[in-house]
Amino acid sequence: MNRRSILKAAGTFMAAAAAVVAFPRMVFAGYNAKAFKNPKMDDSMNELFGSSTTAPSGEIKLKAPDIAENGAVVPIEISTSLKADRIAFMVKENPNPLAIVADIPAGTQSTVKTRVRMGKTTQVMAVVSADGKLYTASKEVKVTIGGCGG
Amino acid sequence: MSSIRIKAKERNGSVDVKTLMKHKMETGLRKGKDGKKIPEHWITDVTAESGGKVVFAAAFNTSISKDPYLAFKFAGKKGDMVKISWKDSQGKTDSAETKVK
Repeated sequence: MNRRSILKAAGTFMAAAAAVVAFPRMVFAGYNAKAFKNPKMDDSMNELFGSSTTAPSGEIKLKAPDIAENGAVVPIEISTSLKADRIAFMVKENPNPLAIVADIPAGTQSTVKTRVRMGKTTQVMAVVSADGKLYTASKEVKVTIGGCGG
Repeated sequence: MSSIRIKAKERNGSVDVKTLMKHKMETGLRKGKDGKKIPEHWITDVTAESGGKVVFAAAFNTSISKDPYLAFKFAGKKGDMVKISWKDSQGKTDSAETKVK
């Protein structure tokens, strides 16, 4: 190996390392059956975030109705001032609590809005992953008519 | 016709995207008239791209409501193109594109 090839190899390595640093979150989770088809919230969190240790945070805004007349369509909105890279939303007493996971690349705001189904009155929880830690916000939603079929 | 409707509007450098996807989102828990369970069939993945870059990606469970609605915000400008695509549990896909207003 002469000097030139060593330099070239080093250069390639540096470029690769720089690419990794520049785009640390280019890998998107996609659908993960182990996390979604799972009745236990902690197991889902371990699958998604590699941890189930969470701390409540006042910097997460979780908008959901106090009373949902129709459990088939419950509007929710999660937004946070934390620098989130991933946001998940769970409905505690649904057959599978995890409803949605959103990946937030750099440049995208930490907010997501959708509509979920709820089987019955229960706690709903937003889980935000930011700076390697997990933060949560939860709220109880009363459901008049359940929306999980049956 | 595409199953996806997208509205994208820019305000102060941030693009507000609202999208509605037509899909029955069958949970697998509902029973049909014959008393048998209707097999589950739902959108698992939704991806939003703009300028060749993924700006938002989400994975859904069967607990997302029928004809899913999804809204998010990303840094962009008027005239940018936004492409939304989904994939469901049977491997079907669809996508649609719109210009940011």
